[in-house]
Amino acid sequence: MAKGIMIIVEQRNLQVRKVSLELLSEARKIADQTGESVVAVVLGQGIDELAPTLAASGADKVIVIDDAKLAEYSTGAYTSVLNKIIRKEEPQAVLLGNTAAGKDLAPRLAQRLGIGLASDCTGMEIDSANFLTFKRPIYAGKAFAHLTSNVRPIMATIRPNTFPVTPPDAARQAEVVKEAADIDQADLTAILKEVAIAASKRPELTEANIIVSGGRGMKGPENYSILEDLADVIGAAVGASRAAVDSGWKEHKFQVGQTGKTVAPTLYIACGISGAIQHLAGMGSSKFIVAINKDPEANIFNVADYGIVGDLFEVVPLLTEEFKKLVNE
Amino acid sequence: MNIVVFIKQTFDTEAKIVLDASGKIDANGVNLIINPYDEYAIEEGIRLKEKNGGEVTVVSMGGSRAQEAVRTALAMGADKGVLVSDPGLENTDEFGRAQILAKVVADIPHDVILAGRIAIDDGASQIAVRLAEALSIPSVSSVIKLEVAGTQATATREIDGGTELIEVSFPAVFTAQKGLNDPRYPSVAGIMKAKKKPLKSLTLADLGFSAGDLKMVINQYSLPTPRKAGRKIDGEPAQAASELAKLLREEAKVL
Repeated sequence: MAKGIMIIVEQRNLQVRKVSLELLSEARKIADQTGESVVAVVLGQGIDELAPTLAASGADKVIVIDDAKLAEYSTGAYTSVLNKIIRKEEPQAVLLGNTAAGKDLAPRLAQRLGIGLASDCTGMEIDSANFLTFKRPIYAGKAFAHLTSNVRPIMATIRPNTFPVTPPDAARQAEVVKEAADIDQADLTAILKEVAIAASKRPELTEANIIVSGGRGMKGPENYSILEDLADVIGAAVGASRAAVDSGWKEHKFQVGQTGKTVAPTLYIACGISGAIQHLAGMGSSKFIVAINKDPEANIFNVADYGIVGDLFEVVPLLTEEFKKLVNE
Repeated sequence: MNIVVFIKQTFDTEAKIVLDASGKIDANGVNLIINPYDEYAIEEGIRLKEKNGGEVTVVSMGGSRAQEAVRTALAMGADKGVLVSDPGLENTDEFGRAQILAKVVADIPHDVILAGRIAIDDGASQIAVRLAEALSIPSVSSVIKLEVAGTQATATREIDGGTELIEVSFPAVFTAQKGLNDPRYPSVAGIMKAKKKPLKSLTLADLGFSAGDLKMVINQYSLPTPRKAGRKIDGEPAQAASELAKLLREEAKVL
């Protein structure tokens, strides 16, 4: 592995997304073992100031492509530019976050480059020959596939929260290269008319360290406020089971499970969730699971590290008060 | 307006996953369904046809059992089916499948190509987007609303924490997210009619492909380590809540 691990960095409003920092941190660790270099590529408009952040987070080289046409993510323009950068740089590996943009971009880019793609990976290792291998959940986490490829570059999207972020080292320097955005006209066929980001003070479900989730036991949409109160004390995201979403209590974007989002937070607090196999598939790789359910036989207790058998309407507000005490300590 | 819907037959979401003697995913005795996200794609295709005329062709890849999935889509209201069925498909990856599919679709008139945003089995979310690239046409992923006017569509797509509005000209690929519509159930009349609708079966050789040029190789499959039931915290609610907070801070060290 001689020509580096390339990270396609994602930024929004000049903030590098957490998953990109996770990838830089992990790539740095691997690079230090293999003598590899880490190359960060960032696309956008007015993004010069991001280079020092990327250097501090582990990049040896930062490629900045600054252009008005790249201000917002678009499949065509981003594919056009990155296809050329990757062909020029010839990295051994290309890594992206498995975000909305990463999921949309990576397959298109892989097809244009004529390569494979390991999507939504939750593990990355080097084997004895310094080859990267990837582990990815299939059947929403009911099993795993372990993949590799002889074709270079090897490309993967990595699920947020898979790797820890190493604290930045402000003394680290990187070579910064500015490249022009060479966008083929044929790639500008889809026109982005509007981006609407819902104002939310809570973290994105797939990126959250802590998730407070409610199921059928919530009994109605109006009761989610008690989960939100709990979530806001500890900076958590709020999720829902399929039962709650199908009842119309929460939108689908909040759904955790096989037909919703697969999440792997440090702490998952399941309130009034029975623990159907489809739900467990979506959150079973959480580091710690807490279950609050009034049915002592609920399946969720079979996977929970800590369980309280009780009425969530009683327990959750009490827990909120306890967490407040901890946070204020 | 001509519509192609790409669907996949998957394990039922209730299915438990076990490995067979050779370490592969065991499909024995598993109930098969249409990938739930593909149902939104089928429904959207039928609605577009009902509104704008034209034809809906359902295309699938898989073993002979996948015929059932295609027939179900025909019973919902699609007009024709194409099934690429070949043992060699086991030895193709997403790159190859997109190429094969592009060849199939090239022979079918298409303005709109629809597919589910993800298949709940391999969860890769690749083929529809790769297909768009192989056909050199635009794609919009994770669509929750699709409005068509003439030869153009405005699609609302879900992104992290919000939505995007994207305008494309046909032909274009759209992947369906839950929320796009409410898929219909096949009616009895629909099921009867579906039996007479054309369903063409193709092999890789028919399409001029052979298996084996793998860009990505699966070395092995594994199963997750089962989680164990942990500790139940007893006592009065106030006492239990206090105990839980303490354990999360001191034992789990997550707060």
